[in-house]
Amino acid sequence: MKIEEVKSLLEEDKSKVTDLTSLNDLRVKYLGKKGIITELNSEIKNIPVEEKKEFGQKVNELKSIFNDFYEEKKNYFEEEILNKKLFDEAIDISLPATKIVCGAPNILEKLIEEVEEVFMSMGYDVVDGPEIEEDKYNFELLNIPKGHPARDAQDTFYLEGEEILLRSQTSPMQVRIMLEGNGVTPIRMICPGKTYRRDDDDATHSHQFMQIEGLLVDKDISLSDLKGTIDVIVKKLFGDYIVTRFRPSYYQFTEPSVEVDISCFNCHGKGCNICKKTGWITVAGAGIVHPNVLKMSGYDPKKWSGFAFGFGAERLAMLKYNINDCRVFYNTDLRESRTFDRKED
Amino acid sequence: MISLEWVKDYVDISDQDLKELAVKITKAGINIEKVITNHIDNLVIGKVIECVNHPGSDHLHICQVEIGDGNVQQIVCGAHNVRTGIKVIVSLPGAILPGNFEIKKSKIRGVESNGMICALFELGLEEKNEENYNKGIHELPEDAPVGVDPITYLGLDDTLYELDVHKHRNNDCYYHIGFAYEIASILNRKVTLPDISYHETSDSIDKHFSLKVETEKCPYYLAKMVRNIKLGESPEFIKRRLVAAGMRPINNVVDISNYVMLEYGQPLHFFDKDKLGDKIVVRNAKDKEELVTLDGKNRILKSSDIVITDGEKPVCIAGVMGGLNTEVLEDTKDILIESAIFDATSIRYTANSLDLKSEASIRYGKGLNYEYTNDAINRACHLLEKYAGAEILSGMIKHDKIDKTPKIVEFVPEEVNKLLGITISEEDMKVELGRLDFAYEIKDGKFIVTIPNRRLDVESNVNDIAEEIGRLYGYHNLISTVPITTVRRGQYLGDVKYRKMISKRLRALGLNEVKTYTLVSQEMTNMFNYEGKENKLLPNPMSVDKSAIRTSILSSLFNVYNYNKARKVNDIMLYEISKTYDINYTEDVKVAGLLSGNYLSSSWNKSVKVDFYLVKGIVENLLDYMGYENRYTFEANKINDLHPGVSANILLDKNVIGVIGKVSPKLVKDDVYVFELSMNALMSKVKALKYKEAPKYPGMEKDMAFVMDKSITSSDVIQTIRRAGGRLLTNISVFDVYTGENVLENEKSLAFKLQFMDPTRTLTEDEVMKLFNQIVDKVISAHNAKLRDK
Repeated sequence: MKIEEVKSLLEEDKSKVTDLTSLNDLRVKYLGKKGIITELNSEIKNIPVEEKKEFGQKVNELKSIFNDFYEEKKNYFEEEILNKKLFDEAIDISLPATKIVCGAPNILEKLIEEVEEVFMSMGYDVVDGPEIEEDKYNFELLNIPKGHPARDAQDTFYLEGEEILLRSQTSPMQVRIMLEGNGVTPIRMICPGKTYRRDDDDATHSHQFMQIEGLLVDKDISLSDLKGTIDVIVKKLFGDYIVTRFRPSYYQFTEPSVEVDISCFNCHGKGCNICKKTGWITVAGAGIVHPNVLKMSGYDPKKWSGFAFGFGAERLAMLKYNINDCRVFYNTDLRESRTFDRKED
Repeated sequence: MISLEWVKDYVDISDQDLKELAVKITKAGINIEKVITNHIDNLVIGKVIECVNHPGSDHLHICQVEIGDGNVQQIVCGAHNVRTGIKVIVSLPGAILPGNFEIKKSKIRGVESNGMICALFELGLEEKNEENYNKGIHELPEDAPVGVDPITYLGLDDTLYELDVHKHRNNDCYYHIGFAYEIASILNRKVTLPDISYHETSDSIDKHFSLKVETEKCPYYLAKMVRNIKLGESPEFIKRRLVAAGMRPINNVVDISNYVMLEYGQPLHFFDKDKLGDKIVVRNAKDKEELVTLDGKNRILKSSDIVITDGEKPVCIAGVMGGLNTEVLEDTKDILIESAIFDATSIRYTANSLDLKSEASIRYGKGLNYEYTNDAINRACHLLEKYAGAEILSGMIKHDKIDKTPKIVEFVPEEVNKLLGITISEEDMKVELGRLDFAYEIKDGKFIVTIPNRRLDVESNVNDIAEEIGRLYGYHNLISTVPITTVRRGQYLGDVKYRKMISKRLRALGLNEVKTYTLVSQEMTNMFNYEGKENKLLPNPMSVDKSAIRTSILSSLFNVYNYNKARKVNDIMLYEISKTYDINYTEDVKVAGLLSGNYLSSSWNKSVKVDFYLVKGIVENLLDYMGYENRYTFEANKINDLHPGVSANILLDKNVIGVIGKVSPKLVKDDVYVFELSMNALMSKVKALKYKEAPKYPGMEKDMAFVMDKSITSSDVIQTIRRAGGRLLTNISVFDVYTGENVLENEKSLAFKLQFMDPTRTLTEDEVMKLFNQIVDKVISAHNAKLRDK
């Protein structure tokens, strides 16, 4: 076939290419082992010497025409296939996700951790202690000797006579930490933990509950220091506008003793159900560590002074999260507690 | 309950708004929980100007009642004593009477009635009993002014304060004189004490009685004798005040004893002298000694109780309750009055052990002031003389071993200010001590304060004085300071640190933290008791379901599972970390988990269901995180209440530290998996973190599959492979487990992928194949296995 003929045939064939298959067929037709251009190329040996050069050039030209065409078409068709594939692979992104869940914290633990963070930032260590306690730590060394009426207010689970008990308060950790301090180490600690009293469980009572105990022992510690410290934590928990009020109260192991009220975060003092129309909510008991307690635990009250406080974790959590039954902390309903797997600002 | 109408006898509060006063008192430290007034709106004095019989009834009357300013209302009244001309108490529509009974306009048998004519008991001013009921409506004097408030007119206005009884300060504030002192301190006023004078006969008690105290638990005992009492009704004010304080009036004698107790806080006991004889011996009870008390019950006593005896038999359980054998009755003529102090602790023990908490025992149990023991007995004589016609014998029987050392505190003002953190001037301190009625002198700049005996709660130390001065000065004067901060941030110490780490990890792995009760039922302690530990049972449990201290958390988690399952929650992933205790009170902190349902869940797409291997993965992840990689193993074991074929011990360094498995289908039909670990085992120090470079040279992977007996575990084979492989064998994983076609019934096929690597060079095919063959031979010989054809 004459080169010119091949050229026009190629032009004609080009228009017939519709897809990758026909393109490859065309390649075989022209550049395959017995392809038209391949054949032309092999004819070159039969061409007279003087025409060889020109012939060769023309065949190469033909080859590059084909190759250009081939490359262009191939890219085109491949892109077309890819586009189709992408189109076909499109999904309905509105379908529901596969649930990826992290566990939620217990509501009380979440609250406690928030309190821990604040106190750790003020240099308080977080400690833990035995829930089965000896009478001497739970009562005697806290200035509550056997037979003292203050014991009546805490109906205690005794395990062995009056010697071993389920701790009725976290305050025994005050004693334990002071004894470890040997009368020479300043103390800053909080101890959140389980406590037990013989109360029937209802919306506001639980035979098992959590206290957050705090103790600071140092030089020249005053009631004003206690007030400032309590201010920090209640503002963190309930808001910067919260005001703290101390009311005189009576505990055996602190003197002076106070009850800590905060201004009602709900009604801001106008009076509502949360504050029982008083504008104030009691959140803790606290006071200056009783000199007898310091003395019994090896700290000389002439040199050392300190303050102690106790929050009820359930009460704080109930106030903060608007919960009206303390049993929810212990009967985990996952539909409720799952919502606590979330950050708070 | 404190009656303010009563308190006003001792301190002037006529100018006070009693609601505001309650706030002041609460701010100063005595918690007043409730202020109750007996004022009733829409109550007026009326005059009956016409009274005719109701045509439709044989006992009702139709009255025209003038209620002031010429206003006349028609009221239907059923009382027998209603008649024209009398002055009466009228409740008009809108009045709310005790019992939340609201008066409304109504028609009674067709006749309009615009209110109610009342009896005193209907207003809560008298006891509601048959006698008062029969008296009919209350008739006011002829000169009673129409239209004014009848309660005010009668002088019966009262306001009651209900106190929080839990605080020990209440040992001086639960009786009216003590409370008056508190008000006096707050208002800076003086207290007037009641009249305790009386006449005495020439006859002396000494001729009639002798006293012997044989126990140390009675440091103070006084007795007076009175004669010829005339039993009858108490005067109105006594009855009214007793009712206000929540006690029932009985007769003038008994009422006076209660009245004095509510005044001074000192319980008195009255014996019928004739029944008692001529002797009183106070002693410890004998074991099993018996006495029938005033409530008619036979009491069996213990040697720790104190009794009053007539020399032979008990006549009173000291401080708790009198005996029936010496009770004051209608025919009683002569009385022996006892006013004493008994050991507070002992009385509390006795009251508790007899389950007999009386008005007296509560007061004895709080401790008493001996000065009032004196005043109270004299006050009783005064009242008995005045209101029961008693003749009081001269002299008093007395046993006095009470410690009368005054409580004295010395301090410089600076000490108080240091504790409060504010500066109160010396002058202000003097003012506060004056308000408290604490005697003091100042010597060389030092205060020397004598604490009055009535303040049993105040001890001789500066802290107590700081509290008294501070609370009156006002805690609103405190400033907010913070103790000088340390640079050091606080830390989680001991257990807490590990609990936090583990908790965080388990939550990241999708488990929800729960908190359950330490006290469980005995039935629950028997479940999953894989350690065979013995549980501590409570000596006096509150209920069956809280009768034992748990040694494992698993049964509690299983309860939480059931609770949620019952609420249609299906994907349940739980964990709890809690202290547990065995019968020897040995503490063990347990980490327990429970998983059931879909771990990854999609409503329409693929979900990943919880199975044993997933839970095992969670445990391994936790152990790896805690730094115990390659140190733990799992060993199949049959465990209580777990599926016998799907349960295992978890071992760390070959010691069992916990269990894992599927809850037995006998307990639950769904697939529920649990694990529990002892946290104590996870608290040991682990190696510090160190950077480890990823291998630079490519490794070589080889697969091998064996057929072997079904009972051989993959971990056994892996161990054999590892030993035979040496240090170049860096990883072994199981990639296929097969039973079924082409494998015998009691056999299985296990396929392993082995990775060989040398961190310093590229391995050759030859050396790897040499190791490979070595391993195959070892497995074949060790486990009687066959190499499976490719």
